[in-house]
Amino acid sequence: MTTVPNKMETNKTENKTFRPQTLKEAVVFRRDAGAIPFLGGTDLMVRYRGYSGTLPKLTGPVLFLDAVKELHTLRQDGTTLVIGAAVTYADFLSVPDLPWLLYRAVEEIAAPGIRNRGTVAGNICNASPAGDVIPPLYVHEASVELARADAGGAVETRTLPIGEFFRGPGKTVLQPDELMTAVHIPHLPEGQLYYRKVGTRKANALSKLSAAGYARVEGGEVRDFRFALGAVAPTVVRVTAAENLIIGRKVDSLLHAASTGTAASDILSAAEQVIRPIDDQRSTAQYRRTVALNALTEFLEQIVRKTQEQRSEKGAKT
Amino acid sequence: MKITFTLNGTPQTVDMDPLTRLLDVVRETFGLIGTKEGCGEGECGACSVFLNDHLVNSCLVPIGQVDGCDVKTVEYVRQTDGGRLLVESFAEVHSVQCGFCTPGMVLASTDLLRRNPDPDEHTVRQAISGNICRCTGYDMIVEGVQLAARRAREAHGSHGAHGPHGAEKDEAS
Repeated sequence: MTTVPNKMETNKTENKTFRPQTLKEAVVFRRDAGAIPFLGGTDLMVRYRGYSGTLPKLTGPVLFLDAVKELHTLRQDGTTLVIGAAVTYADFLSVPDLPWLLYRAVEEIAAPGIRNRGTVAGNICNASPAGDVIPPLYVHEASVELARADAGGAVETRTLPIGEFFRGPGKTVLQPDELMTAVHIPHLPEGQLYYRKVGTRKANALSKLSAAGYARVEGGEVRDFRFALGAVAPTVVRVTAAENLIIGRKVDSLLHAASTGTAASDILSAAEQVIRPIDDQRSTAQYRRTVALNALTEFLEQIVRKTQEQRSEKGAKT
Repeated sequence: MKITFTLNGTPQTVDMDPLTRLLDVVRETFGLIGTKEGCGEGECGACSVFLNDHLVNSCLVPIGQVDGCDVKTVEYVRQTDGGRLLVESFAEVHSVQCGFCTPGMVLASTDLLRRNPDPDEHTVRQAISGNICRCTGYDMIVEGVQLAARRAREAHGSHGAHGPHGAEKDEAS
């Protein structure tokens, strides 16, 4: 077999890359070379693209992680779903009993060709405030597993709650010698779920805003409530103050008593505290603030409606 | 760096920068110009190829990740039974106008029909949602895909044409 001659222009020394098969080799190279971790490349190849026909402008060594066996893990650990960092969106979607919120978020990401390459871990590490898988992960109170090489070259891991991973747009606490290895997603107890992505078109569009919610109602009272918003602040946020007002509250008092279709005003003003959107090329701050509060209201209305339906079903049976 | 892979059934070795885009390798090194460059950022699907039988945008794949893999382009796919039916059906119902998106559309449709031999309109639109066409308005492409699907089913008997992955799990979701 002959080597096909390279007809393309190469006017610089070759980029240094490494495509290991084991995590141990990967973390050592990450530490020693300070290499940029590269999974499906669906963000990196766009961010660093050059003119047509030229090399991507990635400076510094690149660590391809797609061949690392440990990163392809996909398992149920008790009531927690553990997915390796190299699991693509397409493989993730084929997980049996995939939590609904994550299914909804991932099936609307980009398009089939991108979902065959992009990964949940990559979406997290890219740390976009608009990352679509992140609000569902906040609602699930997921955690991320990070690995580094210790002094002896052995793999050392730590686990962080998802909410502690982000520092701002594109900024995370991932250290220069660390790699994300897995995401741990606890299943939610049975309850009501909400997901909404607002974008310009269905396929391939980045979100103007996204929202995910979970609620558990017992005896007409909200026992658990979680609501996360994407693209309304420097990181994805939970509306914690509003959640605290809702938990323990009677379902009948979630909406404004006088005007239908409005959430109770104390809930809305508590939620508004964490909504700090910006104007950008995809939307305006005003639009995002309004739609974020509308999404919260829509979820509360859903909870009220379903609770009433359950009551009347019960009434009909007895 | 030397990289060895299979291209359209033939083993190949290239020696080049591992960050070179697979798109450029296919077009420039091997002269397979059926694969097009539209946007260069994974939005338009004109550069679609199969990488280990998965549909991917070749503009986003560095050749360093292709070592040991199998690559198939439209030049291969059009010779297969399914590819030939798609090409004929596209021609028949005018799924092609300028033709720039067509190779990518054929690849995305092939990917769909392997998993789902009888897709409804919504499922076809989802399957080609990563492929942008600026001429047809998509209706004729959807019609072309469904015509090819019908002919494949007829050729295989009424229900038999399940691809290697079995029927799609959640069509018409």
